[in-house]
Amino acid sequence: MSTGIYILAFAVLLAGLYAIVAKKNIVKIIVGLLAVDYALNLMLVLVGYRTGGTPPILVEGQTPAKLAAAAVDPLPQAMVLTSIVIGLGLTALMVALGIRLYERYGTFDTNRIRRLRG
Amino acid sequence: MSEGMTPIVKNAARLVSGFIAVFGIYIALTGHISPGGGFAGGVILAAAAVLIVLAFGRAAAERIFTPSQCHLWDAAGAGLFLAVAVIGYFSGGFFVNFIGHISKGQVGKLFSGGTILVSNLFILIKVAAGLVGAFLALSAFRRMGADAAGGAIEGGQTA
Amino acid sequence: MGMEYLVLMLLGVMLAAVLIAVETRDLLSSVIAIGAAGFALSVIFLLLGAPDLAITQVVVETIALVLLIRLIVTRRDTTGETETPRDALRTALVMLAGGVLICGVYFALAGGPGKGTIPPFGQPVLGHKAGDEVPPGASADYLAKSAEQTGAANVVMAVMLDYRAYDTLGEATIIFVAILGTYAVLRRFGRRKETKEPEQ
Repeated sequence: MSTGIYILAFAVLLAGLYAIVAKKNIVKIIVGLLAVDYALNLMLVLVGYRTGGTPPILVEGQTPAKLAAAAVDPLPQAMVLTSIVIGLGLTALMVALGIRLYERYGTFDTNRIRRLRG
Repeated sequence: MSEGMTPIVKNAARLVSGFIAVFGIYIALTGHISPGGGFAGGVILAAAAVLIVLAFGRAAAERIFTPSQCHLWDAAGAGLFLAVAVIGYFSGGFFVNFIGHISKGQVGKLFSGGTILVSNLFILIKVAAGLVGAFLALSAFRRMGADAAGGAIEGGQTA
Repeated sequence: MGMEYLVLMLLGVMLAAVLIAVETRDLLSSVIAIGAAGFALSVIFLLLGAPDLAITQVVVETIALVLLIRLIVTRRDTTGETETPRDALRTALVMLAGGVLICGVYFALAGGPGKGTIPPFGQPVLGHKAGDEVPPGASADYLAKSAEQTGAANVVMAVMLDYRAYDTLGEATIIFVAILGTYAVLRRFGRRKETKEPEQ
């Protein structure tokens, strides 16, 4: 079970990596980058999960000691929260580059973009 | 993009976008009590503005929030967040929770957590303004990208 | 324990969506499939006990979908799928190297349940093994002391904006620079005008 979940997350990472390396269409490369981003965020959160754990938020009538015994790890979640929003900034930048490339060369095909110099 | 959509979409956007904006501000300001925080709230507030731009067209939406205003609020949010860090420097170390030294408040109330509430507010302003500005810049390109190369694309693909 | 089977199933759905997004020829289907993968990921975050992340992932996925559809809605150029044998060899080598590297790192770090540095799924380290005293600044310390030291009930926000606020400052800087990059790429004035259209 433990190995299975990690291996599935690695498989998503490899699928995204395949799209970045093998595809020649700019949109497919962007989709591959997004898949790699999701897989990495997922793996970070998977490391911090506790079986039967509750979210790390103090609710009414719960002492901090009970929270420390029952909650999942908050540190990977804090790091992944910033990573998700950075992924959005990255998507905006890639879409801007894609729009510029299409306007300049008229195609999304990287073979043709490499050949049109000028 | 500059002409907007049908009147049904415009009326629905008029009704709903105010609620979305208030929801985004709520999620950001109660980040220290319940899940959410400044980043999620900022993206939701930006989504309300993106709805206005999509429904009414870029020209009409730019009368409400111009790109230079977005740049101003973006820089202000980032600068104020940095100011919170630097002010904390005078009261201990970098980013010290200086409001927390004065009074921490009661856990679970709105005015608790010291600089966490203030930081969430500045991050909300920064993320929302940045995303709206980026979307306005991106939406200026539909006509030029589509029409300038669209007519020639059929000729270019067969080459 | 039903929760872990649900996570496994949703991970399978996410993998299927990513494979469809990578392989399908139509660009709109590809973008919608990656959107489905993102929403499946947000439900996985909710099941793993991370409601902040689930909220953020849903809204970020929506905005990313809007941006991607803006990119392709009038520019549906699906060319670029031809592959020479040289490209196929290069792809196979990179995937093989990537797969070997990842498997090697995993088995070096994990080695088996409880034997390596990555803990088995469901038993996080939290900086605290049974019987040890908790080192300062570890997660068990954050969970136990966040209410009295920071006054915030949401420990993830307290970690992000009080204990590790310097990292959040770095992240705000990265978002600022990414948005500045978007403006710089899409700027119309102040650049040398291109005098010649590339198509005839």
